[in-house]
Amino acid sequence: MSTVVALKPVVAAATAPPRSVAAAAEPAPPPPVSHHEAAGRLRDVLRNVIPPVFGFGLLLGIWALVAMKAGAIPGPGQTWVAAVKLFADPFYRNGPNDQGIGWNVLASLQRVGIGFGVAAAIGIPMGFLLGRFNFMNRMLDPIISLLRPVSPLAWLPIGLLVFKKADPAATWTIFICSIWPMILNTAEGVRRVPQDYLNVARVLGLPETKVITRILFPAVLPYMLTGIRLSIGTAWLVIVAAEMLTGGVGIGFWVWDEWNNLKVEHIVIAIFVIGIVGLILEQMLLFLAKRFSYESR
Amino acid sequence: MNALVKIERVGQSFNTKSGRFTALRDIDLEISKGEVVSLIGHSGCGKSTLLNLIAGLTLPSTGVLLCEDREIPGPGPERAVVFQNHSLLPWMTCFENVMLGVEQVFGRKEGKPKLKSRVEEALAMVHMEHAMHKYPHEISGGMKQRIGIARAFAMEPKILLMDEPFGALDALTRAALQDELNGVMAKTGATVVMVTHDVDEAVLLSDRIVMMTNGPAATIGEILEVKLERPRDRLALAHDPAFGEYRAAVFEFLYRKQLKKAA
Repeated sequence: MSTVVALKPVVAAATAPPRSVAAAAEPAPPPPVSHHEAAGRLRDVLRNVIPPVFGFGLLLGIWALVAMKAGAIPGPGQTWVAAVKLFADPFYRNGPNDQGIGWNVLASLQRVGIGFGVAAAIGIPMGFLLGRFNFMNRMLDPIISLLRPVSPLAWLPIGLLVFKKADPAATWTIFICSIWPMILNTAEGVRRVPQDYLNVARVLGLPETKVITRILFPAVLPYMLTGIRLSIGTAWLVIVAAEMLTGGVGIGFWVWDEWNNLKVEHIVIAIFVIGIVGLILEQMLLFLAKRFSYESR
Repeated sequence: MNALVKIERVGQSFNTKSGRFTALRDIDLEISKGEVVSLIGHSGCGKSTLLNLIAGLTLPSTGVLLCEDREIPGPGPERAVVFQNHSLLPWMTCFENVMLGVEQVFGRKEGKPKLKSRVEEALAMVHMEHAMHKYPHEISGGMKQRIGIARAFAMEPKILLMDEPFGALDALTRAALQDELNGVMAKTGATVVMVTHDVDEAVLLSDRIVMMTNGPAATIGEILEVKLERPRDRLALAHDPAFGEYRAAVFEFLYRKQLKKAA
């Protein structure tokens, strides 16, 4: 994605000077220059399109080869046929355990949304406290360091015990895995607020509420968004595993269900769907981060 | 003339890993209303430390600093600071940056239109009306420093503290801003304390030049009164023998009496 953005101005700069030189030297319309420009643009497009096409081609080739040698794995063609059928009706409901793939994805997204939302509501203020008060940092840092490396799935039984239901327990694991990056990145952002800005606040005599809303919050926002992006990424990784264990509706459960039905092509489709949804989430948050970073505005 | 700021027997030391470090000792200085004072010395002589003490950003280890006969308890808008690296908040426009201070000082007594006109006046004073709604990253370094100066002046401080305000600028921009500052100071009659390491700047702008000895444990070495008439014109002064003498006196102090060994 980023290479597309980065390359455009370079090409524009490279083609612009010859055009102006030609216009100054001879007033007649210079067809070779426009031809050159079109060729440059074409080259630019090809340079950006060809490598990914090769990559996907390689992937499909290896996939087809593996499918040919190991009979149990469906090839690209077979998967494509199954996908067309599957996506013809993504939102059907035949009882609680047989729903369209669209419903499953939405159910997973909802769990991620709730777990992540609660984590943000608690984690961001905690991050501010940790970053602003050294005492809080020294108090909580060892605890966070101890708990952070634990797989969120280890917390699933605790969730089942407390909530007595599978669905909130899955959301609970999302909460656990989302909260650490949020706390740590927010705290880091608060610590990295330049002393100059805080000195400005002191000289102007700003009250603490204004320091938070006008100086700390905007300065920390880019770090917070990084925390959010990391959280969502991990949450989307974890939800699949959590749902495999808890069941119900959700893309993770769906994968496991299709394994029990031995519809392997559906599992392959699910892998692609999970990847694409993850990619969209990541890109949305990158866009948001760009929108709110003050350097690029 | 009554002193606006009195600095009495002030010293400043810090605790470092290698023990206690004395940055300043025995500073005695009075600054009168409307006076422009420069602090000059080699780097590391504690001139910025002294400025921070007047600002109240740090408190002295020994001695006392008074502003209008009251001890300086901490920083405040009556002692506005122009920081070396402008320190504009990057997520606010120039207008909003200046408004932040104006609101804080006058917001309780005055209505929105009055506050707005104060900000506009301050920006006009440094000839930056055109960049009012731009963000700091959209304007040049010299322009940012002008906004920083406007922000400080707009608060109508009792004293304006400048920490190497033009140190990060190129020579031509610096000269333009010095002239600008001279004009603004003449217009407002502001009291200014300025840290600088530029001898010409010190002579051109100040009524008194406070020359500091080398640190550690730096103190005031000599004080030079600059009795050049105002308004001062850069071009005319270049050929004025008096200007040359003042310059020579400062150079004499810096490079003969206080020559830095390692520098």
